Amino acid sequence: TPCPQWPYCRKRCSYCSFNTYVVPAVDEAAVRACLVREAHTLLRLSQVQRWVHGGVHGRCGALRCPPAAPHPLPYSVTSVFFGGGTPSLASPRTVAAVLEAVAEAAHLPAGAEVTLEANPSSTDTTHLAGFRAAGVNRLSIGVQSLDDTELRLLGREHTAAEAQRAVEAARGLFPGRTSIDLLFGLPGQSRDAWAQGLEAALELCDDHISLYQLTLERGTALAAQVRAGTLPLPPQDVLADMYQTARTVLVASGFRHYEVSNFARKGALSNHNLSYWRADQYIGVGPGAHGRFVPRGEGSCSREARVQTLEPVAWMREVQSQGHGTRSRVVLNPLEQLEELLTLGLRTDEGVTHKRWGHFSPQLSLQAVFGVPGEAQALQEQGWLLLDSGGLRCTWAGLAVLDSLLPDLLCQLQRH
Amino acid sequence: MAVAGRTAACWARLRSCCPVAAPLCLPPWVPAACERRYSSRGKEKLDMSAYPAESIRNFSIIAHVDHGKSTLADRLLEITGTISKTDRNKQVLDKLQVERERGITVKAQSASLFYNHEGINYLLNLIDTPGHVDFSYEVSRSLSACQGVILVVDANEGIQAQTVANFYLAFEAQLSIIPVINKIDLKNADPERVEKQIEKLFDIPTNECIRISAKQGTNVEKVLQKVIEKIPPPQCNTADPLKALVFDSTFDHYRGVIANVALFGGEIAKGNKIMSAHTQKRYEVNEVGILTPNEQPTNKLYAGQVGYLIAGMKEVTEAQIGDTLFLYKQPVEPLPGFKSAKPMVFAGMYPVDQTEYNNLKSALERLTLNDSSVTVHRDSSLALGAGWRLGFLGLLHMEVFNQRLEQEYNMSVILTAPTVPYKAILSSAKLIKEYGKDEITIINPTQFPDKLSVSEYLEPTVLGTIITPHEYIGKIIALCQDCRGVQKDMVYIDENRVMLKYLFPLNEIVVDFYDALKSLSSGYASFDYEDAGYQAADLVKMDILLNGNPVEELATIIHNDKAYATGKLLCERLKESIPRQLFEIAIQAAIGKKIIARETLKAYRKNVLAKCYGGDITRKMKLLKRQAESKRLMRKIGNVEVPRDAFIRVLKRETDY
Repeated sequence: TPCPQWPYCRKRCSYCSFNTYVVPAVDEAAVRACLVREAHTLLRLSQVQRWVHGGVHGRCGALRCPPAAPHPLPYSVTSVFFGGGTPSLASPRTVAAVLEAVAEAAHLPAGAEVTLEANPSSTDTTHLAGFRAAGVNRLSIGVQSLDDTELRLLGREHTAAEAQRAVEAARGLFPGRTSIDLLFGLPGQSRDAWAQGLEAALELCDDHISLYQLTLERGTALAAQVRAGTLPLPPQDVLADMYQTARTVLVASGFRHYEVSNFARKGALSNHNLSYWRADQYIGVGPGAHGRFVPRGEGSCSREARVQTLEPVAWMREVQSQGHGTRSRVVLNPLEQLEELLTLGLRTDEGVTHKRWGHFSPQLSLQAVFGVPGEAQALQEQGWLLLDSGGLRCTWAGLAVLDSLLPDLLCQLQRH
Repeated sequence: MAVAGRTAACWARLRSCCPVAAPLCLPPWVPAACERRYSSRGKEKLDMSAYPAESIRNFSIIAHVDHGKSTLADRLLEITGTISKTDRNKQVLDKLQVERERGITVKAQSASLFYNHEGINYLLNLIDTPGHVDFSYEVSRSLSACQGVILVVDANEGIQAQTVANFYLAFEAQLSIIPVINKIDLKNADPERVEKQIEKLFDIPTNECIRISAKQGTNVEKVLQKVIEKIPPPQCNTADPLKALVFDSTFDHYRGVIANVALFGGEIAKGNKIMSAHTQKRYEVNEVGILTPNEQPTNKLYAGQVGYLIAGMKEVTEAQIGDTLFLYKQPVEPLPGFKSAKPMVFAGMYPVDQTEYNNLKSALERLTLNDSSVTVHRDSSLALGAGWRLGFLGLLHMEVFNQRLEQEYNMSVILTAPTVPYKAILSSAKLIKEYGKDEITIINPTQFPDKLSVSEYLEPTVLGTIITPHEYIGKIIALCQDCRGVQKDMVYIDENRVMLKYLFPLNEIVVDFYDALKSLSSGYASFDYEDAGYQAADLVKMDILLNGNPVEELATIIHNDKAYATGKLLCERLKESIPRQLFEIAIQAAIGKKIIARETLKAYRKNVLAKCYGGDITRKMKLLKRQAESKRLMRKIGNVEVPRDAFIRVLKRETDY
């Protein structure tokens, strides 16, 4: 799954700590050429030659293939996810060029999911139609809130009305394949305000919603204001209530709560994002993109964690001179791979299945690690966790406190 | 330049008059990082016979903390050429990491200085002393090897509580006292006022004070001259049989025990057979020398001199502080020695993980080799496993010891709440029979006997000295009363400074009295205390429970009147220190079966990172692994996981000195 990254934004949001750049003018042709070249190089390296299953998440692309296959097999790109930054600021031509590169270097099946992240302020119908023509078939819109005061607090460029129009336009072009992002737990937000916002979002949305509790990241304008005491964050209990309300309301409206922050109905899950949580392979393309894949093109059989150079100008220079801007590559040992699988897999409602665990750990079964007396059993007895024929997963209550369960589970895993 | 020139001249004279030493240059000061075992290798030895007793002066510098004792010591070392003059000489004698970090002296150090005055070469032995109240035992130990002291007082702060305490230590030991007013370069320096204080409190005429700036070197030379003029040489004779006082000892992994000695008679050299008056054990001397401040071997040491000896002692207990060494078959009347260190604070120490027991044991053994004032008894508890009960001179001493364990031996431990040594007069015949006596000392709250089998409980008391600007008196008196203090004295030492004397129960001041005093006086009040015996007290044992399970680290013996307030405070602080968990936690204080305070820590209801996709995961994994790692070090009480340092933080919120 390739995840091409468009690192530019028109304006930095007050809560955002992503690797984004606000520049007066982007030399789009140059960035395009580099994205194309890097996608090419990395797909070759991963030997996803025929059918690459790629997702390009503003920051990376994912390949779906059996993670621990003993020898190179022809894989396909299953999804592509254009993330960022604000990839909807790029021209459809750039998106088309990257997709062509993917199809050229690997197999891109007709039905592969191709998602683009979009901001309501850069999504007029013509532009969106252009993306559709380029090959995009799923849209993820950063609505964040449907309240103008909250939007200003977040430093967003759009109003609630503009967000509304953008979502309607997107639904017209990508029916059943438009997702919206919402934030909760904003400074000063009450339980009621959130419930109302949720209500409004339900009326507007298509079949996929991502709900994120606001995380204060170091170095952001919002975090500074909260630390200085000028903005009050809602207390822990209120945040917990907001989350519970959202889960209950969405499930009642027919949504499947398939990941900590993601809800879908009518099967409209994000295949690309699922590939992260299932610890599939994915390739990060573009400044600061992350990837996890086995560089079989180099004869390696080890899964690597890769990060591309952060700063766009430096990244471009590297791509131009050596075909890619990989800044760091770290081989993940078997334990680290299992730790990631556990951490990510338990975020989903399917959890970590026996089959998937077996891909990473053919010798030591899930049952052998967690089915014996220890932390996992205690957590099962307390009602946070389940281990059965489906695999290991969180209960409804357990999912909300997953970060408190994981250290125990990692301790137990490390003992084996 | 003038100073440097004079030092050089002094060296030239020194060399010409002691030919044996001529080819030798004392090694320049080697930083503490350089291990001592190298310092004595391949060097020719000094001949110390050039320094008869009459040209020797043995002295200490005593001062309240931060009044500039270590800076003055640095200057004296520079002026006498013992160390080279650079900007880097800061706290040269404070070798321990913990001393440099905290800016305090914990372990006494010695240095021999050579100084020419009016054509005579003098050997000046400077014995550095710790500056904190906890370490006053080390001070008196150091003074036993001296005939005089330099009493340093800050020209701005004036006389402080430890100045008084240290003065009396020196005064009672009948030492000559040279008052020095330091930091006269400071803007707010008021040496005249300080001179008057000294006159009023210590009865020393104002004209005897030397005004100096140790930082800038002003008048420091004059201090050296006064040392020679005012401090008498040691009264002893090389012709007498050997009589050496062991006043300190350190342990070197390669050479065994290094004993610091002061010779009150005779001489000592390599190959001498010596005997300890205390253990009656025989040794052969391997090496003798002086400290400059690293070990510098010499051919011999003579009466009146101060130095070190190595004689195949394997354990520090063999070099008992205060012991007298003499030549085999030439026994002498042992020197009076001095009171052994008396622990004021006891705490249990346990390995976080019982598999670490043996490692911790050997770390403790090695650390106590260099700090014989810590008492160690094996102990064990149902909850904490096998461990020890340690006795310390005070809370700072306990913290410093713990910090050294961590820094020098990389050990993490569980420390229980500090307790003072209470006593109980038993009334139960059964218990009296069991203990074989009717009065017992309780250094572990778990051994607190029930009221029914006790006729009276006793608590240790101290006589505290507080010196403060008068505007804080109201608040300080309130604090003292709150600590069950009884006022014994109150004197104005000048127009706006007051000295208060209070009798306190030791347990009231042991933990955070000093911090409280400092904070309510904006740092201006100072405090010192001395042992004042026992008094009857209405004591109870208070337990802290987490979800009904007692926290052994926090069991305390406490005065009945204070139980409610302390119980409530401990519960509140615990609530802040224990992280929320997956279930609700009841935090309770109890006396016997009776709950006297309760706080509730609510369960986590949501704790999951909102956003976790491909890009974020490396950071997330690092964080999780750190959490998993720290889980292993958590203390589990029932189901409740408590960070290892939470209890100490609960007992004492501020740790800055």
